[in-house]
Amino acid sequence: MIDQKTIQHIAQLARLHVTSEEATMYGDQLTKVLSHFQKIAKIDTTGIEPLVTPTDIEIYLRPDEVKKENVAEEMVANAPEKAGNLFKVPPVV
Amino acid sequence: MDLLQASFKNVSDAVKAKKISATEVTQFFLNRAEKLNPQLNAYIIMNANALEDAALVDQKIFKNEATDVLAGVSFGIKDLLCTKGLRTTAASKILENFIPPYDATVVARLKKAGAVILGKLNLDEFAMGSSNETSYFGKCKNPWNPDFVPGGSSGGSASAQAARIAMGTIGTDTGGSIRQPANFCGVVGIKPTYGRVSRYGIVAFASSLDQAGPIVSSVEDAAVTLEVICGQDEKDSTSSSKPVPSFSKNLSQNIKGMKIGLLKEYEAKGTLHPDIEKTYLRAIEELKKAGAEIVEISIPMTEFAVPMYYLIAASEASSNLARYDGVKYGFRADMKDLSATTLEDFYSKTRGEGFGTEVKRRIMLGTYCLSSGYYDAYYNKACQVRRMLKDQYVEAFTKCDAILSPVTTSPAFKIGERVYDPLTMYLNDIFTTATNLAGLPGLSVPFGETKEGLPIGIQLTGSHFEEQKILNLAWVLESASSVKEKVPRVY
Repeated sequence: MIDQKTIQHIAQLARLHVTSEEATMYGDQLTKVLSHFQKIAKIDTTGIEPLVTPTDIEIYLRPDEVKKENVAEEMVANAPEKAGNLFKVPPVV
Repeated sequence: MDLLQASFKNVSDAVKAKKISATEVTQFFLNRAEKLNPQLNAYIIMNANALEDAALVDQKIFKNEATDVLAGVSFGIKDLLCTKGLRTTAASKILENFIPPYDATVVARLKKAGAVILGKLNLDEFAMGSSNETSYFGKCKNPWNPDFVPGGSSGGSASAQAARIAMGTIGTDTGGSIRQPANFCGVVGIKPTYGRVSRYGIVAFASSLDQAGPIVSSVEDAAVTLEVICGQDEKDSTSSSKPVPSFSKNLSQNIKGMKIGLLKEYEAKGTLHPDIEKTYLRAIEELKKAGAEIVEISIPMTEFAVPMYYLIAASEASSNLARYDGVKYGFRADMKDLSATTLEDFYSKTRGEGFGTEVKRRIMLGTYCLSSGYYDAYYNKACQVRRMLKDQYVEAFTKCDAILSPVTTSPAFKIGERVYDPLTMYLNDIFTTATNLAGLPGLSVPFGETKEGLPIGIQLTGSHFEEQKILNLAWVLESASSVKEKVPRVY
């Protein structure tokens, strides 16, 4: 059972504002979904290495060349608020 | 030339031979989209420069510079792939006004091959859904019957393709998002092996599961598109250096002696819609007739694919979506006085207002699974079981060349029917999710229809990097199919 305190804690970790109606709904739904998902808990996985990517990753390096792409002006063009090439945010110190 | 039935090869050959111009082809599909899209809501953004882009292709041909395989072929792109200068929203409010400064590698490769981008196609918000009902820009309709969903998350791609308001489309597949809508809309959709196609420039949902692929009208067009979009990309370290075969040239209907695996675990389900069961049995017979051998295989872990999938996908999503913070791009909640707001409130408010219900539900689920005290029980456990699943698949593919199965347990369902019950919606993905978890290629090819005339597809799953085998098998089924040339009468 996922109680409201847990829901509020998770929302805070996720930096996600949820209304009290949403919190109730998510509490009920996540409880139901996770109880269904409990069935994998019974599988014996002793000594099994977790698989985090399904095909083998080949490590390779690209040539270290200077390219004129992803320039700052283009990258900050989508910013909601900016000052020059700087992003505007609330005070952090 | 009948542009509604012509193959990519026919059209690009005609364009290169100057029998028809890329501009004319583009204009034809733009006109058709203008007429039909209001009823379907498949496109959510049109490319205002499509005709200029087509004119550039024509100029190249005029100068005899272009010999590209997709010259003049009109594509619609799922709005999860970045398109330079053309809005890319992931069907979310949080990215409503985002204009990418670069193209996704898939898009860049299509353009390089001469394709013209018509516009961006609807999807479930951030590709999270199986019905295209969670899009911030409204639901997309199934062209075979507007009361039904087109499937998801690439619902707009499958809908547009079925209605032929694009010659070809691109979708993405994290747990079935190419194959399931292709199945619901009666078109061909293929999810390549993980690593075949670069994920650069694709809005990330679950990075260890996401792959882009074509949703098109024929197996041949799928093969041609794959040749263009597959292959290593220095911008995606998970993209594979394996050589890309000439899928279209290698297409063959000689499947004599190929071994088709039928999963014992799927048969035990007993919950198949009768018309899907009939189509499935007919496909088995057809492949036998063509000389394939049927073998029974067992992958016991597929029973746990859906819980495994949702735990892993939600965990990865909660991490990937942390980047939407209202700072660098996208939506920012209205803050009356920025200097009087804490950074934490600023993030929470922006994300709370910017994300829709389903996306928030998955962020919550994923954050829970990754949080201290639950990480081992959920995320880590799911990853361990994932390895067991993959190992069982690898073992099964020593006994067969491909696995045949239905795509879904039921055909397209009515709009609104499942939206309030996430668990039922999630369980719908039982046949498709295991493919992504194990990183295998899978496709859906139309092979039947319900009594009411809704399409039914068949799924073929191959071993890693064995797309050719499933394309060949699909080609056999397509040739024997009675539904292959059907185009829906859009109301």
